[in-house]
Amino acid sequence: MSIQTIITWVVVFAVFALTIKPIGTYIVRVFTFQPTFLDRVLRPVENGIFRVVGVSRDDTMNAKTYALALLLTNMAWALGAYILLRLQGALPFNPQHFPDISPLLAFNTATSFTTNTNWQAYAGGSTMSYFSQFAVLSYLQFVTPATGGAAAVAFLRMVSGKKIGNFFVDLTLMVTRLLLPLAVVVTIILVGQGVPETLAPYLHLRSITGQAQVLPRGPIASFEAIEHLGQNGGGYTNANSANPLENPTAFSNIIETVSMGILPVAFFYAFGVMTGRKKTAWTFVGVAGTIFVGMLALIYFPEAAGNPIINALGLHTHANMVGKELRFGVGGTSIFETSTMSFTTGSVASAHDSYLPLSSLSFFLGMFLNMVFGGKGVGLLNLLMFVIITIFLMGLMVGRTPEFLGKKIETKEVTLASIAFLIHPLLILVGSAIAVASPLGLQGIFNPGPQGLGEILYGFSSAAANNGSAFGGLGAALPFYEVALGIVVIIGRYGSIVAMLFIGESLLNKRSVPETSGTMRTDTFLFGGILWGSIVILNALTFFPIMAIGPIAEQYLMMAHHLF
Amino acid sequence: MAVQEAHTSHNYMGSVLKDTFRKLDPREMIHNPVMFVVEVGTAVVIWLAIVDKTSQAKAYDTIVAVILFVTILFATFAEAYAEARGRAQADFLRRTKSSTQAKMLQADGSTVTVESSKLSRGTKVVVEAGDVIPGDGVVIEGVGTVDESAITGESAPVVKAKDDGVTGGTVLLSDKLIVEITVNPGETFLDRMIALVEGAERQKTPNEIALSALLGVLTLIFVLVVVTLVPLVRYYGPHAANITTMVALLVCLIPTTIGALLSAIGIAGMNRVSMVNVVAKSGRAVEAAGDIDTIILDKTGTITIGNRMATEFLPVPGVSVEELAEASLISSLADTTPEGRSVVELAQKLLDLDVLPSYEGDPVPFSAHTRMSGIDLADGRQVRKGAVSAIRDIVQDPPAELEANAELVAKDGGTPLAVEVDSRALGIIRLKDIVKTGLKERFADFRAMGIRTVMATGDNRITAAVIAQEAGVDDFIAEAKPEDKITLIKKEQGEGKLVAMTGDGTNDAPALAQADVGLAMNSGTMAAKEAGNMIDLESNPTKLLDVVMVGKQLLITRGSLTTFSIANDVAKYFAIIPAMFSVIPELSGLRALNIMNLKTPHGAILSALIFNALVIPALIPFAIKGVKYRAETADRMLARNIFNWGVLGVIIPFVGIWAIDHVLGLFGLA
Repeated sequence: MSIQTIITWVVVFAVFALTIKPIGTYIVRVFTFQPTFLDRVLRPVENGIFRVVGVSRDDTMNAKTYALALLLTNMAWALGAYILLRLQGALPFNPQHFPDISPLLAFNTATSFTTNTNWQAYAGGSTMSYFSQFAVLSYLQFVTPATGGAAAVAFLRMVSGKKIGNFFVDLTLMVTRLLLPLAVVVTIILVGQGVPETLAPYLHLRSITGQAQVLPRGPIASFEAIEHLGQNGGGYTNANSANPLENPTAFSNIIETVSMGILPVAFFYAFGVMTGRKKTAWTFVGVAGTIFVGMLALIYFPEAAGNPIINALGLHTHANMVGKELRFGVGGTSIFETSTMSFTTGSVASAHDSYLPLSSLSFFLGMFLNMVFGGKGVGLLNLLMFVIITIFLMGLMVGRTPEFLGKKIETKEVTLASIAFLIHPLLILVGSAIAVASPLGLQGIFNPGPQGLGEILYGFSSAAANNGSAFGGLGAALPFYEVALGIVVIIGRYGSIVAMLFIGESLLNKRSVPETSGTMRTDTFLFGGILWGSIVILNALTFFPIMAIGPIAEQYLMMAHHLF
Repeated sequence: MAVQEAHTSHNYMGSVLKDTFRKLDPREMIHNPVMFVVEVGTAVVIWLAIVDKTSQAKAYDTIVAVILFVTILFATFAEAYAEARGRAQADFLRRTKSSTQAKMLQADGSTVTVESSKLSRGTKVVVEAGDVIPGDGVVIEGVGTVDESAITGESAPVVKAKDDGVTGGTVLLSDKLIVEITVNPGETFLDRMIALVEGAERQKTPNEIALSALLGVLTLIFVLVVVTLVPLVRYYGPHAANITTMVALLVCLIPTTIGALLSAIGIAGMNRVSMVNVVAKSGRAVEAAGDIDTIILDKTGTITIGNRMATEFLPVPGVSVEELAEASLISSLADTTPEGRSVVELAQKLLDLDVLPSYEGDPVPFSAHTRMSGIDLADGRQVRKGAVSAIRDIVQDPPAELEANAELVAKDGGTPLAVEVDSRALGIIRLKDIVKTGLKERFADFRAMGIRTVMATGDNRITAAVIAQEAGVDDFIAEAKPEDKITLIKKEQGEGKLVAMTGDGTNDAPALAQADVGLAMNSGTMAAKEAGNMIDLESNPTKLLDVVMVGKQLLITRGSLTTFSIANDVAKYFAIIPAMFSVIPELSGLRALNIMNLKTPHGAILSALIFNALVIPALIPFAIKGVKYRAETADRMLARNIFNWGVLGVIIPFVGIWAIDHVLGLFGLA
């Protein structure tokens, strides 16, 4: 392990460890309307916004109206984005004179960016005008993570015995108090690392080989900042964070990695502060944290060991550097990719298609679980869904109706949580099965054998998890995928959010049960172990067959010297 | 009403087998989604066995179909068996229900003989010695002894007087009673108990519904996994997916173990309640008993044996213990109260007398006015025992020790009785409440499980505190009036706790109704029985503790078998996945996943399927008797059950499938 790898990893983990408590506490203070340091500057601005929208800080909704407000607002954004993309050619800030976006691509892009997925069936640098990048995509990159965060905050309020709050207030504060301030800081740091921030046209230059080259540029630094802080993941250019203009140095790589994680990680702690159960929150951090480390190891070690076939030839006994950037090395790349898959960002600093099959299992793991800290707040909700299922199954074994946070888990909660659990595999498995069974879907595969199957599975997993990264090698611009994935992202995004809001309300309306020595505790090592085990087993049971015929089979084939 | 059927032991198994097959009806099976999926899968494989071309494929299909069919039979058998056990108990009860003649009281005082099944609420009947009481009701006139052994199993007759409840089917042994019938035909306790144990009126309890929902979704997920796997595998070629194998995989994955045993667990749980002679008005109440946080128990009759007992003689100076004991014995000879008898017993033991001496004399009964009782002997001696203050007033120069000893006794929570002979104070008898044996350990168990016990008593604080200490309850309410119980229940419920209590009097009724679990005594008044959600036929309030245990065991059994069911899937994957995929050239590398080293692909699949089926009958004893249960904290219990059912649930099938594969190998099937 190189010094650079060690330093990179230590810095990333240290930043998470140092920020989890202050940011987590800050989130709770903001959303329980306690004074915070930015009040003086931001309160007047927010009050102005609230006046225009017609809400006030202490307004409250119920689960139904909150969900409805969330869905309708998101629908309006998607519709707005679709229209603006369709009219791109007629809109300003288009120095490259890019034409209107086609209807299917506009649908795919609008849904994918509205759902915080940022699956890109296009190459940004040769499709999107500055206006589209900045006013449409960048705007969505602020408000959509705010949507997920708002849902999580609403849930946390309800399970800590408070009223649900108002969606529009939460949405506004999520942007003004969390995303904007952090984005400003990250943008400045990235500009310092050499990331462009300009509205000037693309550069036309002559490369050292004498060829004419067009170098896309634009307001990249600010785009990158929110792309990562909001776990959006839609790159400014097609190469995303592997492009030196988006992610120029090993340091900027650390900054982007850290930007992805600080908010999702802090939300786990906010859960503890909000409910007054910090030890339970640490248990959850432990569960997600160990899976995160496991994923990192699963990517790093096979890649660092290199391709066994090439190594066997004696030509090359080093890491598998295919598709990776030398400036990050295997270590820096591994932690970036682990983060992008854990936090469901979906930006990439390397080509996922070029990884060894064994390492690619780690990518799938992140998307299947969707709760290894996950997207800001949304990952927490997914974890809590698993917690409810686990508590119900295991809690019976202590001879009481299972309880969570002092509330009994009964038919309504279990049904909603298991439906939320069901949606994810439903989208991935049914989506992939339809793609494989139809000639339209099979057209999109560029590689034969298990690799090709893996490409389809990856696409649907990425869409269902609202991750947005691609395996590469899949013809995502085909109408079949533009439509199918556009639908998958919507169900994958809102299904579980809405279910969790209703679970929260149902728990809020129950009388709370005092804890006794007969109550199963959720803040113990034992419970952490059980939660870990049931998350892994339930997901393994669901996804093991498709992994077996995809990456696992490919790994064995590779060991038998068969490549794709 | 249930059809009257006589089940003798020889056709007991016959009826189980008949039900086992009757339950295969898809219309009935659909209520159990897990097993319904197995049934549909079986139908698909049978169809394949018919249409498949090669004899090899036909043979494979047939074997799989047979194993699947046996799997379903195991499930229906488990349910039929649990029901039959309940029915056996119901038959015993029903025998006591055989129709009797009732003497219905007319307005003019005459009686008319009618069938007992025609009696409705409000009818008055005359019951004479030797008659079977024709229905549930309440005594409105007369006193008599009743043999209730038919329902309680207790042979000692019970005295019934005005306002006492009587149960249909019991026999009046002496005297004559006029009973007002309080239930309509088909609604008697007996009917209710029969319906409950037979499972005929069994409604799913809230927890069972929630678990069924989760099992339903899990099944749906596995259906999705397997159904989508067909096109996904056919990516490697049109013949890559064998449907029979896919069905086998599906059946192995869905939680058949718990699916097959879930209703048996519920039926058996109700049986265990009625086996301790408690009638629960609903399964919901039994389940709620498992969640109880606080138990309120009456001191008298529940925690103590009901009466105070003499435990010590404390003579004044100048009087020997023997002298005091003898005087106490004489004073109590005519005293038939339990206290009086306990004085006699203690004195007899102390004086080492084999037979009671007899004395001539006139007994002086206790009166509220004199607050003492005793005997005027023929030899002129006047012996009295009674309240200390009353005796003190009639003796000459009461010694200071008399008062001091009395205070000592009172401070320890006992009741002092003073004894005098011819105006000379002899000393004090210590009367004490005796805590029932074994209760202290039980309360300690409850404390370990986080259940708080509260004792309610009309005694003063000191007495209450001493008994509370001795019995090991967590708290007590002294000088309690009936309304204090309701206040306490409401306060506890306000904190979100579930409260259980027992009661028998009409003044207990509101508290019984307010409590989450109210166990009424069968000997109690009708109002109490109406208010409670369980009735103890033996009128033993400590039964509440048994019911709580059954409730907990019910949940633990469900949780354990569900965990086991899901944990089993891991090994099944390692058997089936390599077997079904390694025949496809591109996926042949998956052979490496065959860590159990199973011999052939078909053998591996059959072994997993056979293991899956055999687990069901193997776990029937656990479903019927309940998973073993120890009183301990939730965390310890969780750790133990996770190991027993979760960790071993992952390991056991690896061993089991490997072993079955080897057995199949002996027959050339693997």
